[in-house]
Amino acid sequence: MNETTVARLAAAVKRYGPLTALDGVDLAVRRGELLALLGPNGAGKSTSIGLLLGLIRPDAGRAQLFGLDPQRIEARRRIGVMLQSANLPATLRVGELLRLTMSYYPNPRGFDETATLAGIADLLLRPYGKLSGGQQRRVQFALALCGRPELLFLDEPTVSMDIDARQKLWAAMRALVAEGCAVVLTTHYLEEAEALAQRVVVLDKGRVLSEGSVDDLRKRVALTRIRCVSDLDADAIATWPNVATAVREDGHLRIATAQAEAVVRRLLDADPALAELEVQRAGLAEAFTELTRETVAEQEAA
Amino acid sequence: MNAVTIPATPSAAVSAMPLRRVLGAYLAEARSECLRYLRAPGFMLPIVLFPTLFYLMFGIAMGKSEGPDIARYLLASYGVFGVMSPGLFGFGASLAIERDGGLLTLKRALPMPPGAYLLGKMLMAMGAAALVILLLLGLALGVAHVVLAPAQVAALLATGVLGVLPFCAMGMFVGTLIKGQGAPGLLNLIYLPMSFLSGLWIPLPMLPKALQQIAPVWPSYHLDRLALAAVGMEQGAAWPHLLVLLGFSAVFLALATRRLRRFG
Repeated sequence: MNETTVARLAAAVKRYGPLTALDGVDLAVRRGELLALLGPNGAGKSTSIGLLLGLIRPDAGRAQLFGLDPQRIEARRRIGVMLQSANLPATLRVGELLRLTMSYYPNPRGFDETATLAGIADLLLRPYGKLSGGQQRRVQFALALCGRPELLFLDEPTVSMDIDARQKLWAAMRALVAEGCAVVLTTHYLEEAEALAQRVVVLDKGRVLSEGSVDDLRKRVALTRIRCVSDLDADAIATWPNVATAVREDGHLRIATAQAEAVVRRLLDADPALAELEVQRAGLAEAFTELTRETVAEQEAA
Repeated sequence: MNAVTIPATPSAAVSAMPLRRVLGAYLAEARSECLRYLRAPGFMLPIVLFPTLFYLMFGIAMGKSEGPDIARYLLASYGVFGVMSPGLFGFGASLAIERDGGLLTLKRALPMPPGAYLLGKMLMAMGAAALVILLLLGLALGVAHVVLAPAQVAALLATGVLGVLPFCAMGMFVGTLIKGQGAPGLLNLIYLPMSFLSGLWIPLPMLPKALQQIAPVWPSYHLDRLALAAVGMEQGAAWPHLLVLLGFSAVFLALATRRLRRFG
């Protein structure tokens, strides 16, 4: 195993009865990077994390954590975990939960420091069961980072958080990465991956669809969005060369194209009254939709 | 928010954990388990109230006319009845619910030392069993004026605190069979009939012959023999009952750990 790799799946296969959840996935998490794991529901994100945490065993291939079997406690002492759902004991106070989790680690972060970093300093005396969903997620985040981990697994961490709490969590994640902590993040919010990730792995139906930086992923889908107010017929524009799609929505014309300059020129020529022109590069969301749609099309063709 | 620097230590040193901290983790886990249930009245009240109320009604209020031996006999029987529930429910039902809620999964992913979670639950059940026995002893000595030697008091307490263990193993096995809220129901289907059939509610000699004959099948029957011996109402040898209870615990513990390893 490479010195800079902290966790890895090698040709990992996991089946649940007739369903193949992971179909030969290779994945390497490098020291100090924030890796976002994206994909629709059922793509294999949680299965991948389960394998890396040693919660489930691969049917074929290997899962390694710091070069060890993930079930070895020596490996797990170097990670922090925030799972998608965990009903922590409702009658324990937040501070008690934090101290308990700290006790599992050889060299945990300080109590106050953890509470400040996760933004739960005002919750320490409250029973966990009395907190709101967003506050509970913040507590779970505190438990994930309290052990001074070298690798942090965050499975959908910002679900049910308000915008302010989400921004704070992003800031905390950035601070951790700046310390040299690697993070594996799964999320449904593409803007989250876009804002935080150095590398993005897109999974679908148990396979890796794409791997690279956010920019690489965007480049794979070289589409640009054009939006304007015009009386031109959307169906006619859809037949123009280089136009991927053209639709009319809420009185606006929306066009996706790989050749924005040529299409804009032709639009302006065709409709001198065209107004409110906007041209925008595709975001991760479009790239992602495009990528996963390709596989659906391929499979339907096959 | 302050950025904090991690000293660049060699990885071997980072993951080594001194023995003192490992023991501390076991202690912290046990403390948390006890605290969380002490604070949960929905859990503690039925465990404490049922045996004490039954004892007050049947052992003390209604048993007065029958002489002091009834209060002594039922102290042992309701003691066993009261000791079974922290084992079955404190261990089994809570395990089933926590497997369902994802807490067990999180604990398995975290570097909790092996077995700390189950050990914590076991200590909690032993503590709850001790509490039930002490309350019953208080009623027996203070209200029913049962006369017990200090050694008998100690023997009954020890029987209760250790006697909870076979039921922990049984509860643990049931907790690995079903997830979530279905477990308490199934456990009641085991707990209540087994208590009756072992003669914990109505003394065995008053039950039909057939039921008397199958009573030794139930672990609670054997614990009841030991509890009766502790208060001086049973003269036979203790070791056959001890062996049965040990074997019973070992079998259910083995079955449960196998299922936990396989299915989590």
